Amino acid sequence: MTSGNEQKGTTPMTTTAIDVRGLRKSYGAKLVLDDVDLAVSAGTVTALLGPNGAGKTTTVHILSTLLRPDGGTAAVNGCDVVRDPDGVRAVIGLTGQFSAVDKLLTGEENLLLMARLRHLGAKRSKTRVAELLEQFDLVEAARKPLATYSGGMQRRLDLAMTLVATPSVIFLDEPTTGLDPRSRHTMWDIVRGLVADGTTVLLTTQNLAEADELADRIAVLDGGRIVAEGTPDELKRLVPGGHIRLRFADAAALDAASRVLDESARDDAGLALTVPSHGGVRALRTALDRLDAAALEVDDLSIHTPDLDDVFFALTGRLDAKGTES
Amino acid sequence: MTATTAQRPPAPGAARQSHVVADALTMLHRNLLHMVRYPGLSVFTIVGPVVLLLFFVFVFGGTLGAGLPGVDPAGGRAAYVEYVLPGILLLTIAGSAGGTATTVAMDMAEGITARFRTMAISRAAVLAGHVLGNTIQAIIAVALVLGVGLLIGFRPTAGPIEWIAAAGLIVLIAYAITWLGVAMGMQAKSVETASNWPLLLMFLPFLSSGFVPTESMPQGMQWFAQYQPFTPFIEAVRGLLLGTPLGGSVALAIGWCVVLAVGGYAWSMAIYERKSVR
Ligand SMILES: Nc1ncnc2c1ncn2[C@@H]1O[C@H](COP(=O)(O)OP(=O)(O)O)[C@@H](O)[C@H]1O
Ligand SMILES: [Mg+2]
Repeated sequence: MTSGNEQKGTTPMTTTAIDVRGLRKSYGAKLVLDDVDLAVSAGTVTALLGPNGAGKTTTVHILSTLLRPDGGTAAVNGCDVVRDPDGVRAVIGLTGQFSAVDKLLTGEENLLLMARLRHLGAKRSKTRVAELLEQFDLVEAARKPLATYSGGMQRRLDLAMTLVATPSVIFLDEPTTGLDPRSRHTMWDIVRGLVADGTTVLLTTQNLAEADELADRIAVLDGGRIVAEGTPDELKRLVPGGHIRLRFADAAALDAASRVLDESARDDAGLALTVPSHGGVRALRTALDRLDAAALEVDDLSIHTPDLDDVFFALTGRLDAKGTES
Repeated sequence: MTATTAQRPPAPGAARQSHVVADALTMLHRNLLHMVRYPGLSVFTIVGPVVLLLFFVFVFGGTLGAGLPGVDPAGGRAAYVEYVLPGILLLTIAGSAGGTATTVAMDMAEGITARFRTMAISRAAVLAGHVLGNTIQAIIAVALVLGVGLLIGFRPTAGPIEWIAAAGLIVLIAYAITWLGVAMGMQAKSVETASNWPLLLMFLPFLSSGFVPTESMPQGMQWFAQYQPFTPFIEAVRGLLLGTPLGGSVALAIGWCVVLAVGGYAWSMAIYERKSVR
């Protein structure tokens, strides 16, 4: 499907790198994954999008052989996660939601540890570690204890450790949660680089914009079920566009404005109106023109693009997806 | 499937078996690096027993030594150094289990163990790294405490063969107790509570023949002291170093080592998978 596929030497046609069917998992009486199906083509990025507690981490843990499913099957590069866990482990890399680094060692020592455990040999270990330090902008910090690393640096080191043996399938569990915008963009660039090299990536996120930015396909997980699956464009078509929010100085102005803007929704407590914008500038201009014509002053204006809350509202009719960081 | 296959470490069989040893050595290297980098915990496992040794010898030693059977009251303190040192050595080993449990619990909490699991590192290798590293640490601690003992008047009568036997036995005991420490660290809910269980181990030398002869204890305690592992451990080490009667203590001590090591091993292996997911 992509040229990256051929670089990796897998079959040139589209092959399924991750194949999940009817996956189920409960903790006690609580059903955490309920009949999850998921297929990821080799060399592509799929985002598993869902709020806190949706079952993203559980899915990733089953795929990376840390947890056993209660039912259904999951295979990575054709190896079943239950019957052939070592086959799976040989081709995957996992960067979990929580850091999995050795905090008592330096960054370089952490990478060398991984290289040793991957049996790269002394010479290749050295070059590979140097390469990764360079690539992940950790050269200066290489010999420093991890206590001195920022959140973004630790996250990068965590990912670099995952990549020591160039795995062909990588799981990234909320790779940018808790990062500042700059580190987030760095992480996005790294993911794009991986895909350009032909790696298959399954990443989880609570953020639609991130899924949109990185993923070829998005699977929306909610309460342990896949509620929608498709390309970012397909999903966005399911979601009504964004909206404009206008706030007024007093109730009288709000009353007058709501008569002028007939398709708006009122929020009396917030002295605000919400006008659907469908993402365009035209809706904004029309609304402002009408208010101008009626000589109404707007106190405050904000534009909202669709976010995870909107996707959830559209897909489930519920407004409980907070999209907050865990 | 060409390049992808080539990247894979050789699948089952002999090749994987050899990785267990290589991985265990890598893990050992990592654990030793921790000790060198952060010696705080190790220092603690040495200072504690040394303080107790000095305390027992110089504060209680005169009286306790005078009460030992067949000892001239005037030489009480000197006799007590001889008597108590084997107990202090075993106390050192028991104390090091606390350090072991703490480092294991830290590892589990860090998520690095989960990473090892996704990398096909066998749990045997991960655990062996801990056990070997901490056994080495316990032996170093015992050697240093013994050194202090020699400085304050401990005079073993052992010849080379007895020394070798005593050293071998101490290594075996340290190995067995470390397995228990690993299991306890893994069982702990948090790093903070990890050293609680091993603390129980530290009471055992006191409730044995380590500090006073068991005959001087009340009936129930005497019974307990006679049948718990630390009494044969201490009797065997004492017999080998000082020439006191060994009785069946060496065989009993070795038996206990096997029981404790196998128990700790089985306990650790059983909970490894469950405890290393986050
Ligand atoms: N070890 C566990 N024991 C009990 N419940 C758990 C355990 N791990 C996760 N859960 C529950 O399973 C659900 C899904 O969790 P998770 O997969 O971590 O969600 P996500 O990663 O999408 O936030 C949550 O409701 C969580 O509370
Ligand atoms: Mg999660």
